Amino acid sequence: MKIVYDENVAKAPASAEASSGGVATLTREEPVEKRHLLTAAQMAFFVTYGYLRVENLVPDELNQAVLEDERRWMGTKFDFWYLSENIRKVFELPQVKGLLQGFLGENPIFDHSFIHHVRAHNTGAQNWHADSIIDARPFGFDVQAFYWSHDAPVEMGPTMVLPGSHMRKINISSISRYKNFRGQLQMPIKAGTITFFHHGIWHCAQPNFTDTDRFVFKLRLRPGQEQVRLFNMDGYDSPEVLDILKKGSMPGDAPWQGDFDRLDSVQHARLWRFVTGDPKIDTSFETALSRMHLD
Amino acid sequence: MAQLRQQLLVFNTSNSSPESRVVAWALYDGALSQDKQQMQSGDSAEPPYRSVLAAMQDGWRVMQVPQMPIFVTGREFDTGHLPFEFVLERMVEVENSI
Ligand SMILES: [Fe+2]
Repeated sequence: MKIVYDENVAKAPASAEASSGGVATLTREEPVEKRHLLTAAQMAFFVTYGYLRVENLVPDELNQAVLEDERRWMGTKFDFWYLSENIRKVFELPQVKGLLQGFLGENPIFDHSFIHHVRAHNTGAQNWHADSIIDARPFGFDVQAFYWSHDAPVEMGPTMVLPGSHMRKINISSISRYKNFRGQLQMPIKAGTITFFHHGIWHCAQPNFTDTDRFVFKLRLRPGQEQVRLFNMDGYDSPEVLDILKKGSMPGDAPWQGDFDRLDSVQHARLWRFVTGDPKIDTSFETALSRMHLD
Repeated sequence: MAQLRQQLLVFNTSNSSPESRVVAWALYDGALSQDKQQMQSGDSAEPPYRSVLAAMQDGWRVMQVPQMPIFVTGREFDTGHLPFEFVLERMVEVENSI
């Protein structure tokens, strides 16, 4: 897996530019070992809830090195990726590349990155929103990887998400009239964690009530190929994996969806068919897709 | 001299009934001065009222009742914004201040 730079989208880091011509690459291409590849259970969770948190991905030493860089270059926004060799090392770890490859394929395209910073005692929250513009792809998706170099307990303001909102079409802050949703989720974070977001998930940065500044580094990647059967397919149709999706399609699992939760279950079931390449598998509520002979 | 200020509740409910459960909410409080913090995103796990009716029973007036969703043939499973939005108001007295 190697991250690819399209010069019409974003420049490559200087070290990578020198190594190739039109399309610069970050690293030599090395095959991802199967044990590092995104699992079917992880993909099932992502398809159902629109995010995936994976802990213990990055060793402490590297977390510390990145944190020092974050403090040194806190205001550098889009440029942090280019300044910090350490942050690029995080995304060269085999266990990180395996997850990215499972979502996006062997050549994900660098979209943009950003160093997010919430100062100590900043008690204001960000409005609810989904990033970027309305996405018109029926099933294809970008992934936003949020890497945490330090612990972030909830009082420090790790990003809040609305599980299961990723297939709901909204435009940026068109939902921001609402301040709270039943089932909104703020996960406490341990250093070395990456949370992977589907581009469509509703989310908002949270207040930092502690004495310590909060950082998170975001890397947005586009798929480099069709996102079909890219993850470790072992057991994708097993009861254990299907249970993750079916639990998500049960009434009340995402209480903010109200009586429309059955529609969400159809959206997620269709996404599961897409990523597995299996046109018959059906995790929708009451297997509605099969019953009505729908794609 | 006391003056009146408007408080606004925006509720979304699990279906079109005012008796159904509130699933999303916000309070905009015109009685709070500008230096005070309004309700913030993510600051509460439970709504101030269980339902629109419960808010009415506490003195809130309904200003907006949602139209029924329209399901276009072939796009029945499309999803987007939450569909059942009620807006309620209450007028409260504040002490006169410039
Ligand atoms: Fe955002």
